[in-house]
Amino acid sequence: MINKTINQKAWFMVLPVLALVAFNAIIPLMTVVNYSVQETFGDNLFFWEGIKWFEDVMRSERFHDALGRQLLFTLLILLIEVPLGVGIALTMPRQGIGVTICLVLMALPLLIPWNVVGAMWNIFALPDIGLLGKMLNGVGFDYNFTQNPFWAWVTVVAMDVWHWTSLVVLLCYAGLRSIPDAYYQASKIDGATSWQVFRYIQLPKMKRVLTIALLLRLMDSFMIYTEPFVLTGGGPGNSTTFLSIDLVKVALGQFDLGPAAAMSIIYFLVVLLLCWVLYTLMMRNETN
Amino acid sequence: MKKMTWLIPTVYILFLMLPIYWLVNMSFKTTNEILGSFTLWPNNFTVENYVTIFTDPTWFMGYVNSLTYVTINTIISLLVALPAAYAFSRYRFLGDKHLFFWLLTNRMAPPAVFALPFFQLYSSIGLFDTHIAVALSHCLFNIPLAVWILEGFMSGVPKELDETAYIDGYSFPQFFFRIFIPAIAAGIGVAAFFCFMFSWVELLLAKTLTAVDAKPIAATMTRTVSTAGYELGLLSAAGTLTIVPGAFVIYFVRNYIAKGFALGRV
Repeated sequence: MINKTINQKAWFMVLPVLALVAFNAIIPLMTVVNYSVQETFGDNLFFWEGIKWFEDVMRSERFHDALGRQLLFTLLILLIEVPLGVGIALTMPRQGIGVTICLVLMALPLLIPWNVVGAMWNIFALPDIGLLGKMLNGVGFDYNFTQNPFWAWVTVVAMDVWHWTSLVVLLCYAGLRSIPDAYYQASKIDGATSWQVFRYIQLPKMKRVLTIALLLRLMDSFMIYTEPFVLTGGGPGNSTTFLSIDLVKVALGQFDLGPAAAMSIIYFLVVLLLCWVLYTLMMRNETN
Repeated sequence: MKKMTWLIPTVYILFLMLPIYWLVNMSFKTTNEILGSFTLWPNNFTVENYVTIFTDPTWFMGYVNSLTYVTINTIISLLVALPAAYAFSRYRFLGDKHLFFWLLTNRMAPPAVFALPFFQLYSSIGLFDTHIAVALSHCLFNIPLAVWILEGFMSGVPKELDETAYIDGYSFPQFFFRIFIPAIAAGIGVAAFFCFMFSWVELLLAKTLTAVDAKPIAATMTRTVSTAGYELGLLSAAGTLTIVPGAFVIYFVRNYIAKGFALGRV
């Protein structure tokens, strides 16, 4: 750890960042807070409403359902992507041309615009013209993600696994690379099994990157909007309407600014709370 | 056990490539072939979809617009994040930890929450439908990330490097540009990669803040889908072309990804 000197002038180096981020974060956030306590009938006429919108949102079944779907979705993709990502990182080649090929090909899904990901999976999964749809129907499933909520979920989860597992792989791979060869040699001399090597050498070294991977996936899965919106449009019915999709429907579709703003704030607080809980838990683990 | 080792990444990469193959496959088909028959590769191979995109300004300007704001955003993010990350990695100052955490909370803000206020904010200062508006709005999540990554890399450089340079008579700017920046080149590469990535793939804000002049390619695609409906070949060709810049960037930073990740915190 670097021994830092106290220097208040360092604030000047941070100022540009502070100014830019504050401009983008605080003004819009205040706008949202402003809307959340007022009623508007257009023409810039606003009336004080207090916490009415918050009460409405907290009581509304629609919000509970969207939040429930969101939590289920996040839980599912974390349960799939994290173990899968760790497994792939462990089996990746450590040297030679294979490393470059793996890294380049695996990073590819991360750099495809999100609506293209949705459109691509749409074309890929359509029952009549898509490869996946044809194959699943060919082996006897009644696959149709635009009609059947179960298959819509399978497709959205598969899309997210396709899209983001590579991030976990890249981070874990980086963590594994930081282990000196001497550790492996020592474990070989001690006659450690591959499970023991994983448990006592690789896993502790990956802890830090795993924390980052978990946090990033948690945050990003909570923000997911474009991909399911393009793929399923939140349907069939409301079955894949996650929090962001619901919010945009309320805010831009119905132009209910007050409820949308109140929902935004609750939504943001939920994400902050979850990340804080996870972060604290993992940091406590680290210090023990 | 030895055989298993290469099997898992191979199967995974195959899984990754399948949807991409299907998209590329579609982009070389005619609309009739897509709707009329199911073929694993194009029977009537055509590049007409690509010709349409490269000759129609509403299509190819989408790429120019996207690349413009992504580049501006990456440059702004790195320029302001470098001194800030240096300050966080070398000095202790009033409120430093709180500031760092506050920066990270902005990475957690869902863009859907900010879409409408952003539209109003940038309209009111007259920047609506400009590249700079999208570039600035993407700073919301890219600057915190860049600071975070660069701070990790800079903390890996021993402080003795700074001190030796001062003893050798370097001024701060000389030291920063001639010694320090080359020492963290890998970190700058990784940070640039992430800034490019998140700005390139983001659509909600980019779409909200633009109408005609700065419309990103991804938004051009969504509009065409809703109006034309059946031009799947054209859509696939446009989609295929959006993968190309990303592939280039990965190729250039491939060594940084492999080595760089390990040095930095990310």
